[in-house]
Amino acid sequence: MQATFQKLKRKGKLGEKDVDSALREVRLALLEADVNYKVVKKFIASLKERAVGAEVLKSLTPGQQVIKIVHEELVKLMGESQSKIVAGDAHPSVIMLAGLQGSGKTTTAAKLAVHLKTKGHKPMLVAADVYRPAAIEQLKTLGQKEGVPVFSLGKDDPVKIAQEALKSAVREEHDYLILDTAGRLHINEELMTELEKIKSKVNPKEILLVVDAMTGQDAVNVAETFHARLEITGVILTKLDGDTRGGAALSVREVTGRPIKFIGTGEKPDAFEPFHPDRMASRILGMGDVLTLVEKAQTVMDEEKGRELEKKLRSQSFTLEDFLEQLQQVKKMGSLDELVAMVPGFNKMAGKKGLKDLSLDEKQLVHVEAIINSMTRNERLQPEIINSSRRRRIAMGSGTNVQEVNKVLKQFEQMKKIFKQFGGMEKGGAKKKKGFLPF
Amino acid sequence: MLENLKKGLFKTRASLKNRLDMLFGKKEIDEEFYEELEEILLSADVGVETTLNIINSLQKRLKEEKIRDLIMAKEILKNLMVEKLRGGEQTFSFSPSDSPLVILVLGVNGVGKTTTIAKMAYHFNQQGKKVLLAAGDTFRAAAIEQLEEWTSNLPHTGLIKHQSGGDPSAVIFDAVKAAEARGIDVLICDTAGRLHTKKNLVEEMSKIYRVCGKALEGAPDEILLVLDATTGQNSIAQAKYFQEAMPVSGLVLTKLDGTARGGIIFAVKEITGIPVKLIGTGEKLEDLQPFQAEDYVEALLY
Ligand SMILES: Nc1nc2c(ncn2[C@@H]2O[C@H](COP(=O)(O)OP(=O)(O)O)[C@@H](O)[C@H]2O)c(=O)[nH]1
Ligand SMILES: [Mg+2]
Repeated sequence: MQATFQKLKRKGKLGEKDVDSALREVRLALLEADVNYKVVKKFIASLKERAVGAEVLKSLTPGQQVIKIVHEELVKLMGESQSKIVAGDAHPSVIMLAGLQGSGKTTTAAKLAVHLKTKGHKPMLVAADVYRPAAIEQLKTLGQKEGVPVFSLGKDDPVKIAQEALKSAVREEHDYLILDTAGRLHINEELMTELEKIKSKVNPKEILLVVDAMTGQDAVNVAETFHARLEITGVILTKLDGDTRGGAALSVREVTGRPIKFIGTGEKPDAFEPFHPDRMASRILGMGDVLTLVEKAQTVMDEEKGRELEKKLRSQSFTLEDFLEQLQQVKKMGSLDELVAMVPGFNKMAGKKGLKDLSLDEKQLVHVEAIINSMTRNERLQPEIINSSRRRRIAMGSGTNVQEVNKVLKQFEQMKKIFKQFGGMEKGGAKKKKGFLPF
Repeated sequence: MLENLKKGLFKTRASLKNRLDMLFGKKEIDEEFYEELEEILLSADVGVETTLNIINSLQKRLKEEKIRDLIMAKEILKNLMVEKLRGGEQTFSFSPSDSPLVILVLGVNGVGKTTTIAKMAYHFNQQGKKVLLAAGDTFRAAAIEQLEEWTSNLPHTGLIKHQSGGDPSAVIFDAVKAAEARGIDVLICDTAGRLHTKKNLVEEMSKIYRVCGKALEGAPDEILLVLDATTGQNSIAQAKYFQEAMPVSGLVLTKLDGTARGGIIFAVKEITGIPVKLIGTGEKLEDLQPFQAEDYVEALLY
């Protein structure tokens, strides 16, 4: 792995061939992490599209840039962090767990109950696994230990158990009802139908698929079928305390589009954590060393640039040249609003000052660039000298009009003013975290 | 036997069924042929490295022997894969002495250890053997009850248990002694599921293993590691780590009644040398079969 990126490092530019060879390594890494091969194929194709022709950030080598893109895309694919249990209007809100045998449903049911309990809720567990020997006793034991009531009718019909449990939960004013169902194969028609029946009778607000993080290629078949039959609302990934890379997370996410809500990291009831897409992405990619490198390179650049800019602002030598450079950075990084929002302490102030005037779209940016480029060096360093005849000349030179030139100059003045104020505030106290501006 | 296995294995692989047959029905062995073969193997969790190995060996053989015939190519592929799995077919040999055959079962959480133990007990009972089980999972809630429930359905199977939360090696020690005293034919020891990465739990397992030997010289006769066919590449790590702790003698591959094919056993066998001895094809007592490499490869490919 490392070797490829070392190789890329020595080259200045990233050609299609380089991207291909880097992505070959990425493909291997993903397959070794158990991401389904079809999912890998699709992912690699979309990556290639993005990577070829993508700009290489100054501080990164081309190889690092590829990994950065891969990682970003992985995080995106993994979805937002949504570690929340949705509650319905009706009480109780029913949560149904489903999954293959041995995936960890019973343990997860108990963990979920503990999680809700510590948030001040009043959950009830339902023992609806009537097939595996002693599954009911297992849940009862766990419930007792954690002080969560467990509803059970012994080895009765699971559909009936769920319905009766719901009635009982209403009576006893529980706000959540957690159904532990028997593990089943996605191809077991009878048992899948049973789940559908339970669903139709108790109308769960959440149907969570419990997936063993060690699952291999079959994860897509399992997730696809469970989702097709039940319309799951989310996924819980278990056994992440092992050394599995957990590529199943990506497979499941890709075929269901549903969020991974929580992860299980141990056998104890409190070994239950919110899902972090970025951590999972790094784990699956398994290139911690490269990713750390990328991160470091970025921070170094942030700090350098930030310090430079900060010095300029403090000495109030922020010129139109700097302004142009900043705008060009903005173009690379995203919107100006976003950028400003990333500056510590600046956000609130920007709101007050009405930064709206400063927001630019791509086309405007081209104009701004042209306008500033049409100025003489003196004009850029001392904008006060730009009188109306100079404005007309600049407008002509840049193919714009005087109004636009005026607007740019106004924007510049505004930005300078805001930065000056911010600089003053900085000096006065308010410790900053990283570099001044995050680029 | 073959029919039986084929019925049990990978029941509804509609889309993949006969894919290889189709593949081999093509006229030429071309780039696309190998690509498709690669997909079939990868989707069965054979893993990248082993898949490439198999394909390379096939390519080499076909070239060396100048084979262009697809039916022959198919035979070669099958044999090549079967060779990689050889070694686990012989069933457990009973020593001529009257001391019991002691089998220790281990694996990560939820792979099917306890169920497999019940199935084995049933199997030995069918052969007229007296069986004793040891409730060595004292950790998981109701693990002892689970074994109790299975035992109550088996006429010639007893159970040695301690309390939940007790020392598992103590249970195993008692069980070995009891098996000897009662003239039991087979003692099968259940253990708690544990991740191979948890040092203290692996150490606990080593202790159980050592205690077996202290209670009865030469015990255990078999150390079976249970692997779930649904698991991907992590099975390699499981086998490697557990093998470091004790001489694992065989694998049990469970849950082959689903759509997972457990192709990781090729790599596990290659790396650890541990052969698959048994396969699990369902949740019922009868759903346990001796592993047959040929049948397995046939079922995996076709
Ligand atoms: N479909 C199927 N399920 C199995 C098989 N073996 C075990 N199971 C199920 O897997 C789950 C976990 O089994 P268990 O024996 O408790 O696992 P342990 O934690 O390793 O002891 C149970 O629901 C079993 O019924 C098998 O071969 N096929
Ligand atoms: Mg067990």
